[in-house]
Amino acid sequence: MKSAVVQLPGLNRDRDMIAALTKISGKAPITIWQTETDIPDDVDLIVIPGGFSYGDYLRCGAIAARMPVMQAIRDKADKGVKVLGVCNGFQILVEAGMLPGALMRNSSLKFVCKEVKLEVVNADTDFTRAYEKGQVLRCPVAHHDGNYFVDAETLSGMEDRGEIVFRYAEGTNPNGSLNDIAGVMNSRGNVLGMMPHPENLIEAAHGGNDGRGIFASALDVIAATA
Amino acid sequence: MKTNRSAGPGRFSSSNLGVGSVIKAHVTVTLKNGVLDPQGKAIEGALGSLGFSGVGHVRQGKVFDLELEGADKAKAEADLKAMCEKLLANTVIENYTIALD
Repeated sequence: MKSAVVQLPGLNRDRDMIAALTKISGKAPITIWQTETDIPDDVDLIVIPGGFSYGDYLRCGAIAARMPVMQAIRDKADKGVKVLGVCNGFQILVEAGMLPGALMRNSSLKFVCKEVKLEVVNADTDFTRAYEKGQVLRCPVAHHDGNYFVDAETLSGMEDRGEIVFRYAEGTNPNGSLNDIAGVMNSRGNVLGMMPHPENLIEAAHGGNDGRGIFASALDVIAATA
Repeated sequence: MKTNRSAGPGRFSSSNLGVGSVIKAHVTVTLKNGVLDPQGKAIEGALGSLGFSGVGHVRQGKVFDLELEGADKAKAEADLKAMCEKLLANTVIENYTIALD
């Protein structure tokens, strides 16, 4: 399993993501700059980390979503390569049209930086196999625009197909997102976007390792890290 | 340089540079009906606390003023529509209107 981390001006969680992928898989990910259009064929997982790409100008993720590297990522996703977007990475994926819906300003209008509870709604995915369905995880969030919105018709299809992967649990919805949605995937099941930061809860030094299972699942190293 | 500085807000517009005709456009992007607008709600509350009573349904949005080279209004309108669809608006949650001067 080879992974890659995308780097764009204004993303600032790339180093945390590189550290997490390296620690969990034992192999450092390659990095991909925004202008690159050739992603190596042996990359199985592409991660778009969090931050504030392009200063979040216009809309969060809007400008990043239109950079050349995103077309390359879209082509890879169309071939079945796994793509994980965290926080700003999730915002970029919805702006790129690779995931449905939109991420709007938090209903509190405040930046939230805290720990929430996440319910694993669908444990039968390439990103959540390490968990049990209904399992509740601890996970940090840090964002200003995590208020997920999607029209009712699309939402009902997503619910039916199990594309709602994570929900905020136990009344911890930090942003007013529709139906407490914290993470969604595409119909094919190889693109996942989530607002919380699992890369920041992977080892004892973080105060817990609840986020580890997402990377262990996506990197196919569940047995090795169990 | 000081003459440029005193030229005012229009000093970079191509019409002042003698490049040829330009079309001025005004694009307004607003949230679709039914999409929650927490900023609009906060503004509504602030208006109330300033003593403006009876103000309701405040919705905030964005305005883009653009200048397009050329004189073909039909082409400008088509280009602006494409700009809105591709970048200026997120059509999942936003509507847009285009006005030409």
